[in-house]
Amino acid sequence: MTQLVLEQLLNGLQFGLMLFLIASGLTLVFGIMDMINLSHGSLYMGGAYLGAAAAQASGSFVTGLLAAMLGMAAIGIMLEFLLLRRLYLRDHLAQVLATFALILIANDLVRMIWGPQPLLLNPPEALAGPVELAGFSYPAYRLLIIGVGLLVALFLYVLVSHTRVGMWVRAGASNRPMAEALGVDVRWLFTGLFALGAALAAAAGTLLGPLLAVQVGMGEDILILAFVVIVIGGIGSIRGALIGALLVGIVDTLGRALLPTLLRAVSSPEVASHLGPALASIMIYLLMAAILFWRPQGLFPARA
Amino acid sequence: MSKTRTTSFVEAAVLIAAILLPFLLQALGEEFYIGFATRLLIFALAATSLNFIVGYGGMVAFGHAAFFGGGAYVVAFLMQAGIVSAWITWPLAMFVAVGAALAIGALSLRTRGVYFIMITLAFAQMIYYSVISLQSAGGDDGLPLEQRSTLVPFDLANDTTLYWVALVALVICLIALKRLSHSRYGRALAGLRQNEQRMEALGYPVDRLKLACFVIGAGVAGLAGALLANQNGLASPTQLYWTQSGMLLVMVILGGVGQRYGGVLGAIALLGLEEALGLMTEYAHLYIGLALLAVVLFAPRGLAGLAGLRRG
Repeated sequence: MTQLVLEQLLNGLQFGLMLFLIASGLTLVFGIMDMINLSHGSLYMGGAYLGAAAAQASGSFVTGLLAAMLGMAAIGIMLEFLLLRRLYLRDHLAQVLATFALILIANDLVRMIWGPQPLLLNPPEALAGPVELAGFSYPAYRLLIIGVGLLVALFLYVLVSHTRVGMWVRAGASNRPMAEALGVDVRWLFTGLFALGAALAAAAGTLLGPLLAVQVGMGEDILILAFVVIVIGGIGSIRGALIGALLVGIVDTLGRALLPTLLRAVSSPEVASHLGPALASIMIYLLMAAILFWRPQGLFPARA
Repeated sequence: MSKTRTTSFVEAAVLIAAILLPFLLQALGEEFYIGFATRLLIFALAATSLNFIVGYGGMVAFGHAAFFGGGAYVVAFLMQAGIVSAWITWPLAMFVAVGAALAIGALSLRTRGVYFIMITLAFAQMIYYSVISLQSAGGDDGLPLEQRSTLVPFDLANDTTLYWVALVALVICLIALKRLSHSRYGRALAGLRQNEQRMEALGYPVDRLKLACFVIGAGVAGLAGALLANQNGLASPTQLYWTQSGMLLVMVILGGVGQRYGGVLGAIALLGLEEALGLMTEYAHLYIGLALLAVVLFAPRGLAGLAGLRRG
């Protein structure tokens, strides 16, 4: 039992860190520009496809990962410059319409280029096997994801809390007009941030590729999870995104693994088999509703 | 002729054309399109109900699929239990949607702006995941209807009758919308959109007015869902998924937020475009997406704004 819990905790940590990669870009876009970007999931999907294609072509997973990040950063800059820039001052409805349109376009473009079949993405050969941890074996590749996730989290933490650029970002998130008045070029800053967010989403797409399927529509599920993360954490806060992502990743993974067993212990098997999966799949939404009930601005509100 | 009279004339002409459409399609030997026209009417009804919440109530709700799909599942569930009469199941579909909307609305209206959008989205996803994880709801496959609901004395098994029933529902809804927007309640909603704090200071029960708007819209969406289950012969999980909420919202914005015919125009434009492009290309959504981007950038008030229709 302890082993199972430990293993699921690691899985939850791994999933949470990937959610953080996706949510960190999204929360800054939301926080600084007050802009709803539904197409963030498409950046994740595009990254997974680019990564899978580049990895297949070059035979190297690392090349695929780098190609996905650079490619999606470039696409992100283009999108921001050509389209999203025009939407910052529009109302939320216009943003919903435009970015929903981007989802439709992205899904069909991907189907056009790579066809309707899911792409296959293999983890690097050296990491295909399991490693022995204290008492149980765990897939080496998942450990790598945890490592990469932690490194990125550390990088973002240093970037946001200990550099000048990070200071501008925080200033922009807490009070944009004031930051602009003090001479921060929020527009330029935002193009850069959007590219960084796109690259991180692409990294998550490629890293998760071997574990989940690389297929059309993969962005739609993950987008909602990312929204839940940033709403829990507080829109615009990187620290909130990290805590929110870990909470969502661990609660979701542990809930799916343990709830059915726990329910069997306290109720009849029939009730447990019906209620277990349903309850497990809505745990994170219950978590979000509860947190919003007590703290309507999320755990770490960015706006003062 | 005054502008009002021109408008009523156009309205009457469109209504007569809509009533006669099945005969025309039969004469042309294109009965297949009666089903498509019914789908248009049903989505027009659903989009209009969302437009009431978004455009009249000023609440950007991103979880309308919960009520739309929920209505469909209520009809399918009751049919499995042996209750086939539409006189019972359709009002129950509305009733369940209203009940769900009361709970969701009461909690969501504590939040504002982006948080309201997110929390309505989250509640709808919660319902989606609960339903697909229920074995008795058919899981990912949805819940098929063994037959259409019965609506004595009418024969719903006939496609044309179902079309007319959907048309009646839509027309009643549009008339009610017109009445409502000119009523005291409609004026109060208009005031709320302008300045919530002032209305509160004037003594209006702001939260209750908004909740009522949310609940009315949800009830109508429940009816639309019940109709769609009959048209498709299936209560499908995709009808509950967040992209369905997105599609309905796109119809509203495309047609014109807060315009009486916004939902109708948006549904016809989007589904019509989908159908027409679907005949020509495998990648219809690519072109629809590009068209929507063009609307955002060049026609910020939607199709109704382009056509110069009056508000309210």
